[in-house]
Amino acid sequence: MGQWAGYLQLILDGAIVTIQLTLMGSALALVMAFLAGLGRLSRFAPVRWLATAYIEFFRGTSIFVQLFWAYFVLPLFGFSLTPLQAGVLALGLNVGAYGAEVVRGAIKSIGKEQYEACTALNFNRWQGLRYIILPQAFVLMLPTFGNNAIELLKASAVVSLISLTDMTFQAQVVRAQTGNTLVPFLTILVLYFAIACVITFAIRGLERHLTRGLDGIRS
Amino acid sequence: MEWDWAFVIQILPTLFEGVKITILATLLGSIVAAAIGLVIAIVRRSKNRIVSIPMGFVAEFIRGTPLLVQLYFIFYVLPDLGITLSPLVAGVIGLGLHYGTYTAEVYRAGIDNVARGQWEAAKACNLSSIQTWTQIILPQALPPMIPALANYFIAMFKETPLLSAITVLELMNQARSIANYNYRYIEPITLVGAFFLIISLVSVVGLRWLERRYGRID
Repeated sequence: MGQWAGYLQLILDGAIVTIQLTLMGSALALVMAFLAGLGRLSRFAPVRWLATAYIEFFRGTSIFVQLFWAYFVLPLFGFSLTPLQAGVLALGLNVGAYGAEVVRGAIKSIGKEQYEACTALNFNRWQGLRYIILPQAFVLMLPTFGNNAIELLKASAVVSLISLTDMTFQAQVVRAQTGNTLVPFLTILVLYFAIACVITFAIRGLERHLTRGLDGIRS
Repeated sequence: MEWDWAFVIQILPTLFEGVKITILATLLGSIVAAAIGLVIAIVRRSKNRIVSIPMGFVAEFIRGTPLLVQLYFIFYVLPDLGITLSPLVAGVIGLGLHYGTYTAEVYRAGIDNVARGQWEAAKACNLSSIQTWTQIILPQALPPMIPALANYFIAMFKETPLLSAITVLELMNQARSIANYNYRYIEPITLVGAFFLIISLVSVVGLRWLERRYGRID
């Protein structure tokens, strides 16, 4: 029994790396989602093209390929990344591209009268976005952002292939050392599911918090 | 490091071998996902809660855990239980099972969209439940789902490089073995990226067409 406690510790160490990756990747993804999502709605055509190119590129190629590119090809251009940096970069940019479409869709779904009200109140574009449009749109984005965060958590398993010691990597180590396959893999499956459940509950709580007092106003 | 076109031409045939396996895995995986999704959707609608609730939990569990770990599980754990699968078969089952839980949601939405009156009419015509499904509900529910299903199949296509982790010799694995053998990473990995981008962009055009053709709900 004592040896299993040691192996469990190993997997829990990996879980911490996975959680770190998920948090940092989600933070980068959130920033990229807003940058690219708002960029696609920009008045300036070059900004729109840039945002569209970013979204199509990262949604069009596989996360796996992007990660390998970041880890193996970028150093040849002089950017050496640690596995953790490469992982956060690839995960954040990839999921950010999906999030950008969510941002765009939510902002577009805000009714025309809200924009007219902004004009009527003499708000400039930024003020209207900041005080009127985004507070309403953000609530609409939240559930999909939650799903994207879970996608990111699941995609983070891929980083084990660039030798980052996340949960999946540690499970492989335990498997190699004990020859037992079922226990380590079942353990990490349950842990991944538990983390995904935490994300779901956190997003649901945040949504309830943000929509408090809005009952009857939101259609 | 410089981009070397001669090297590109030299490795293209090997990469093309990988492309064939990638496409094969996607097609087979799509078929499995379409079938499994339908089964999950129908079982979850069952009035018998002893089957519908566990099926719901299993589907949520599969959807909430990484495909890579599931592939490892299928490829490394099942042999301990006496089921030995070839890498490609294990990969296709993994892809199909994982995306089956997604397509199940598409089927659920599509089935919910069939008007209540159709169910009542089927009952009024004294059709059995199998007849109701095959003659009345599915023929109406399936066409509007096609674009959403195709969307998931494109997503699945982009996940196929994961199969390289369980030693399927698909595109990514071919590229990695070339890269490791020649110690040149730029060309193989960039070509894999370019290939995925091209196929994805082409399939987006195809998807738009499917949406125009089937996506309308009258």
